[in-house]
Amino acid sequence: MIQASGEATQSTEKFAQMAQDRRWRMVNRTIRLNGNQPDALIETLHAVQDSFGFLDLEAMEYVAHQLRVPLSRVYAVATFYHYFALKPPGEHTCVVCLGTACYIGGSSAILESIHEHAGIHPGETTEDGKVSLLIARCLGSCGLAPAAVFDGEVAGKLNPAAVVEKIRRWTSHDSDA
Amino acid sequence: MTLMLEELQHIARIEKERQEGFQHRIRVCVAAGCLSCQSGVLKEALEKEVSRRGMENWVDVKGVGCLGLCTAGPLVAIEPEGTLYQGVKVSDIGPIIEALGGSPVVDLQCSTDLAFFSKQHKIVLENCGKIDPERIEDYIAERGYEALYNALRGMTPKEVIDEISKGGLRGRGGAGYPTGLKWTTVSKAVSDTKYVICNADEGDPGAFMDRSVLESDPHRVLEGMAIAAYAVGANHGFIYVRAEYPLAVKRLRTAIAHAERMGVLGNNIFNTRFQFDIKVRLGAGAFVCGEETALISSIEGRLGKPRPRPPYPAESGLWGFPTLINNVETFANIAPIIRNGGAWFAGIGTEKSKGTKVFALAGRVNHTGLIEVPMGTILREIVFDIGGGIPGAGKFKAVQTGGPSGGCIPEQYLDMPVDYESLAEVGSIMGSGGMIVMDQSSCMVDVARFFMEFCMSESCGKCVPCRVGTTQLYNLLNNITRGSAVPADLATIEELCDLVKNTALCGLGQTAPNPVLSTLHYFKDEYLAHIEDKYCPANTCKMKTATFHCDRAQDG
Repeated sequence: MIQASGEATQSTEKFAQMAQDRRWRMVNRTIRLNGNQPDALIETLHAVQDSFGFLDLEAMEYVAHQLRVPLSRVYAVATFYHYFALKPPGEHTCVVCLGTACYIGGSSAILESIHEHAGIHPGETTEDGKVSLLIARCLGSCGLAPAAVFDGEVAGKLNPAAVVEKIRRWTSHDSDA
Repeated sequence: MTLMLEELQHIARIEKERQEGFQHRIRVCVAAGCLSCQSGVLKEALEKEVSRRGMENWVDVKGVGCLGLCTAGPLVAIEPEGTLYQGVKVSDIGPIIEALGGSPVVDLQCSTDLAFFSKQHKIVLENCGKIDPERIEDYIAERGYEALYNALRGMTPKEVIDEISKGGLRGRGGAGYPTGLKWTTVSKAVSDTKYVICNADEGDPGAFMDRSVLESDPHRVLEGMAIAAYAVGANHGFIYVRAEYPLAVKRLRTAIAHAERMGVLGNNIFNTRFQFDIKVRLGAGAFVCGEETALISSIEGRLGKPRPRPPYPAESGLWGFPTLINNVETFANIAPIIRNGGAWFAGIGTEKSKGTKVFALAGRVNHTGLIEVPMGTILREIVFDIGGGIPGAGKFKAVQTGGPSGGCIPEQYLDMPVDYESLAEVGSIMGSGGMIVMDQSSCMVDVARFFMEFCMSESCGKCVPCRVGTTQLYNLLNNITRGSAVPADLATIEELCDLVKNTALCGLGQTAPNPVLSTLHYFKDEYLAHIEDKYCPANTCKMKTATFHCDRAQDG
C-alpha cells in the first residue's frame, strides 16, 4: 500500500514536470477547452500527435492521468484509430492515396516502385529515418488521381517515376549536404 | 447580441454593394482539388499583382469554394464577364489582368457551354464557387440564415418538419431514409436534452462531396443543423468530421466562430428562446465511424464500434439522449427547402427520390470533379455528357457507385435513371455519392478484391461474420487474382457473401459483399478467365502460382 502510494506520488511529480513543457501545455489547453472531460480523449490524442508527431507510452500515461481514464482505454483508442501513429515518423513523410480513383489510376504501381527504390512498405520508415511511407484511404482529391501527400503538400496526377524522383531527392539531397 | 431580420438584410445589402463596387471580380478556386495544384499561391500572386498595378479599388480577388471541374484546376472565374480560366499558372496572371474588360485570354479559356456545366442543377452547391467560405457576410448576401430566421420566427417546429416531409427529402448518407420521418421520431422523444449530429465522416474511398460542401459553403451546413435543432427540440450540436480533412475542419471552426459572433448560433437566436451551439469533433481514421452508433461512440471518446439497433439514436443516442444524425448533404438541403417550400423541392427529381444529388465523378472519365444533378438523371448523361466520356481510346466498362458498400454497374444499364430504387435494383446503392468510371484497363476481380481489402482492414472486429468473413473473402479473391484459385471457390464465395450479408451487425459488414456480388453477377467471365485460364483480361493481375505472398494470404 505504502509502495503503491509512493509510486503514485512519483508519477504525479513526473506528470507535473512534464506539464511545464511547451508542447504539453498545448495538450493541456485542449483538455481545458473540452472541460477536462474524459469524452475528449480522441481530441486530446489528436493534440498530442499534433505536438509530438506520434503517441508513445509516456504520452498515453500522461493523457490517462490528466483525463482520469484507465490507461487501457487510452491504449485501446490509440490503437483502434488508424490516424494515430505509435512510432515516430521519419524526417519526411509520403502518404500515397489508395482511394478507388487513385487505385484504378495506378497507385499500387507507385507503392511498388517506392518499395523497389527505398525498400519500405506502407507503415515503415527507411533505416536512416529519412522517409516514412503511409497510405491514405482517400484524400478526397479523386479529380487528381493518383494523388499523394509529400510533407503535407498534396500532389496529383502522379506516376511512379515522379514519386521515386521526389523521394530520391529527399534521401540523396541531405546526404550530399 | 441578438440579430433581427432588418440587420440581416442590412448586412446582405452592404455586402452586395461592396461586391458591386468592384468592376471585376476574380474568383480563385481554393477548394482541396485546386489547392493541390497550388491555387493558394496563385491567389496570393493575383492579389499582389492587382495591388501593384493599383487596381485594388475596382478589381476584387477572392478565394472561393469548388468550381466543380477539378481536373482542369487551378480554376479562375472572372465576374461579371463569366469567363472561366483553367490550368492557370502564376505566369498567366499578367495576361489575365490585362484582358479584364476586353476579350479573354483564349489559350486559358475553359468553355462554360460544356455539358459539364449546363446539365447540372445546383441546390446544395448553389454557393460553391460563388462565395468566400471564410466570410459569413458573403453567405448572408446570398440570403444566408434567412431560412433560419423564417423557421424560428414564423413557423412552429411541427411546421418545419411538415415542410421537410412535403419536400420528400431522403437521407443523403446512402441509405435514403426519409428525413422528415427521422426528425418526427426525434421530436416526439421526450427528453430535456437532445442532440443534433452532422455526420461528416466521409470515409468512402472515391467520395469527396461532403468535403467540398464543408470547404466551400460551411454556413449552409450550420444553418441546416440549427433549423433541424429547432424542429426536433435540441440545443447542442456536433459535427463529426474526418481529421484527414484539415481544411474543412479549419473552415468549419472559422464559420462557427463567425456565426457565434453574429448571433446566429448561441443563446436567444433572432431574439427567440431558441439556443443552439455546435462543436466540432474530429474523427481519427476509422471508416466504421460513418455508422451512426459507432460515430456516437467515437464522439463519446470511445472505440468506434457499432451496437445493435434498436434502440435507434433517435430514441437513445449520444450519452443515451435522443439524437438526430444526418449527413452533410442532407443538412445542406434544409435551408433551400425552408426558403422555397417543400412543394418546390418535391417538383425536382423522380417520384420516390426528390431533389438533386451531388456526385464525385472520378476515374476514367474526361471531366472529373464535383457535379450536382436532379435525381433520376440518366447514367449515360452523367458519364458521357457531363463527364465527357472516356479519355483516349478507352472503352466504358462499368461505373462503381456507393464505394465499398456499392456495386459495379455494367454497360447494359447505362440508360437507367440514377435514383435510390433503380440503383438498388441493379445491385448497387446510391451511397454517399462517389461515382468511379472504369474502362477496359480495370480488372473487375481486382476491384472486388480492393474493396474487400478495404472492408477487411476497416472491420472493427466486434462481430464474427464481418471480422472473419471479410478476411476469408479477401483470401479467396486474392487467390483468384494470383491465379491459384479453383472453380469450387466461386460457390464458396457466394455462400460466404450470403452469410456475411445476412448476419453482420452493422452496415459495414452487411454491405461488404456487394462489390463482390455485383462483379460476380455482371462479370462472371472475368472471374472464370482468372480461375480456369489463369489469365487476366484487363492485364492488371500478376498471375503467379505459389508465391510467398500467396502462402501468407492463405495462412492469414
